[in-house]
Amino acid sequence: MLELRNITKRFGAVLANDHVNIKVKSGTIHAIVGENGAGKSTAMRIAYGFYTADEGEIIVDGQPRRIETPHDAIALGIGMVHQHFMLIEPMTVTENIVLGAEPGGAVALDLTKAAERIRKLSEEFRLAIDPHATIEHLSVGQQQRVELLKALYREAQLLILDEPTAVLAPQEVEELFAILRRMRAQGKTVVIITHKLDEVLAISDEVTVMRDGRVVGELQTSATNAAELARMMVGRDVLLRIEKPQAKPDSTVLSVEHLTVTARDGTQRLKGVSFQVRAAEIVGIAGVEGNGQTELIEALAGLIPHAQMSGRMEYLGRDIAPLDARSRRELGIAHIPEDRHRRGLLLDFDLKENSVLGVHYRPPVAVSLGSVLLDDGAIRKRTERIIEDFDVRPANPDLPARSLSGGNQQKLIIGREFVLQPKLLLVAQPTRGVDIGAIEFIHRKLVRLRDEGCAVLLVSAELEEVTALADRLLIIHDGEIVGEVDPTIATLEEIGLLMTGGKEQ
Amino acid sequence: MNELLNIGLIYSTVRTATPLLLAALGGLYSERAGVINIALEGLMLVGAFTAAVVTHYTHSPWIGLTAAIAAGVLIAAIHAVLCISFKAQQVVSGMAINILLIGVPALLSGAFFESTGATPQIPLHELLQYAPVVIAFALVPVTWYVLYRTPFGLRLRAVGENPEAADAAGVSVTRIRYAGVLLSGALAAIGGAYLSIGQSSLFTRNMTAGRGFIALAALIFGKWRPVQTMLACLLFGLAEALATQMQGVVRVPVQFIQIIPYVLTMIVLAGFIGLSRAPRAIGIPYQKEK
Repeated sequence: MLELRNITKRFGAVLANDHVNIKVKSGTIHAIVGENGAGKSTAMRIAYGFYTADEGEIIVDGQPRRIETPHDAIALGIGMVHQHFMLIEPMTVTENIVLGAEPGGAVALDLTKAAERIRKLSEEFRLAIDPHATIEHLSVGQQQRVELLKALYREAQLLILDEPTAVLAPQEVEELFAILRRMRAQGKTVVIITHKLDEVLAISDEVTVMRDGRVVGELQTSATNAAELARMMVGRDVLLRIEKPQAKPDSTVLSVEHLTVTARDGTQRLKGVSFQVRAAEIVGIAGVEGNGQTELIEALAGLIPHAQMSGRMEYLGRDIAPLDARSRRELGIAHIPEDRHRRGLLLDFDLKENSVLGVHYRPPVAVSLGSVLLDDGAIRKRTERIIEDFDVRPANPDLPARSLSGGNQQKLIIGREFVLQPKLLLVAQPTRGVDIGAIEFIHRKLVRLRDEGCAVLLVSAELEEVTALADRLLIIHDGEIVGEVDPTIATLEEIGLLMTGGKEQ
Repeated sequence: MNELLNIGLIYSTVRTATPLLLAALGGLYSERAGVINIALEGLMLVGAFTAAVVTHYTHSPWIGLTAAIAAGVLIAAIHAVLCISFKAQQVVSGMAINILLIGVPALLSGAFFESTGATPQIPLHELLQYAPVVIAFALVPVTWYVLYRTPFGLRLRAVGENPEAADAAGVSVTRIRYAGVLLSGALAAIGGAYLSIGQSSLFTRNMTAGRGFIALAALIFGKWRPVQTMLACLLFGLAEALATQMQGVVRVPVQFIQIIPYVLTMIVLAGFIGLSRAPRAIGIPYQKEK
């Protein structure tokens, strides 16, 4: 169906695709896996005409073709669903789908007929999309299905999906996969770009593995497994399980007693939470998202107004409740926020500036006359140290944070917090949206920090992550700690039951 | 107060609303495509001046109006080139055009008529007193239809909301945005022409007196929608008409009455700007990926 032959693409000095060969067979679901920056998206964007290749050729249905714009690709029956949806929110489903290929003449837009066709397509593939709905009223999963409809409406035979599950909840992923299987059954071809191995194994027939801009493997999905794929992606053996020495907890660093947080709307998000974290141990908080984890971390980091809280927060024997975020950081409390775009980085600022956020006002970053000037040399040195120690790529302090992949952004934040040599680390969702190579790296760094004597409070929605990392595991439900388990003994079922409030499902 | 509310008031409301409506509809095409058009004031001025000069020489207001449209499109093209092709700050470009068009008519009328900004009187039978009014109000349903019932309108709205999505769908963002800005030049110029060869009979220096900005306020108040924008223009028109009628009737210094439309503009902008949702990509130049 689609074949890329010897495709090479450079962006400046970066070789994004190096003689890439990918062969997608008609009527299959083909996965392309690789870490962030491996060149998977680039290759597929070339196939869709977003980029033009420097070398190589594209063969569609046995014929060499020139694809220079998305228009060319659409004409050849290729559709693409982008990672960030290309939808216009205040418009209807139908308007979005016909845009650029409107039915009717120049003076009369015929939306009725188009809506009817969209309704039929939606029924055929069981997408359950109302053609007259407005995009902004649809859920993320539904919006993704509108994107699928857009490609189907234009009679795409081959659909490329770029990281389609990144934005979906687990049950939505299942629905999407069911739709993709139906498409395959109808004779369509699907290419799915992902870095999640379990998804590759669940959905694909064939898989192409990419690393550093090159294709490093072509496999039948049925003849491979997660460990093999991970090794190919990363280029070495990857520990899918974290190895860590036994914790040797020391004296209490953080002691929380009867902490409550009341939101502005009056609802209680934390209902009297009490626990302790000792030096050199990782305490994990497991729970379904939205049960008070965010509030707990933010309360401890000093990001929730004092008036909305009650209870005690003692850090090294000192009441920190009245202190603001800056004072807490000065005492040695570091924070890796759950949402790196909202709380962690200034995306349009460069890595240097992002590396000194939170220490920007004091030596050695700010110097002279009571710290009114920024020392560019010191900032650069600090940034270079973080980049080196935390393997941030590309290693260029002058790039804007936005240009980094999620994993590298996260490594920069972690580096920034670790160089503070904190005594208490508050860390939420440390590996969200991060590829496996970086996940392993981050996990090892967290364990090492613990072994150096830091107290770590870890919140993660990934149950496997908290159970693997934590030395003690607290389970939170509806703003309350409902149990503590030993993560080495407890089963996932046991923990899951506590997470849902002990009720059987 | 009763003598204020009469047929005359309605008539003068419609008359004062006309130039605002033309400029606001022009602004609508530009801003729905994602290009801020603060240059409406300057575009009205160029229309007013060109119409008066050309009508004076040709004795035909229709030729004058056509020339005004051409001049408006030309000046709007400067805004379009700066904002779309060169990705300049749209507010800065618009302000530059406004300042330019305060000076240029004065300079040219000095050269042509040895005056400091005014053009010679045009005789009554050479004025277009009604046509622009009809054009303005007829353009409301036309604009509605174009916006919501033609492919061009769909693309215009798409480009103003999410140019990337439009681009991915095969729509030329540049072309649509140019069309929007040039249309705004044409319409605002008709509005200006109506001031000089419709309502009065000559061009005077800075005769728009901020109407371009009031039109912009009406556009925002009207949520960038044609019918609501018309209603907003009528409201501002009513304020101005009332102010005119109140002079000499109400015992208040005339200046206080004259500021009514402007104060209303400020109240509307301060009170309602947060409630309208602007086209999402407004003011942001579109940068295609390489």
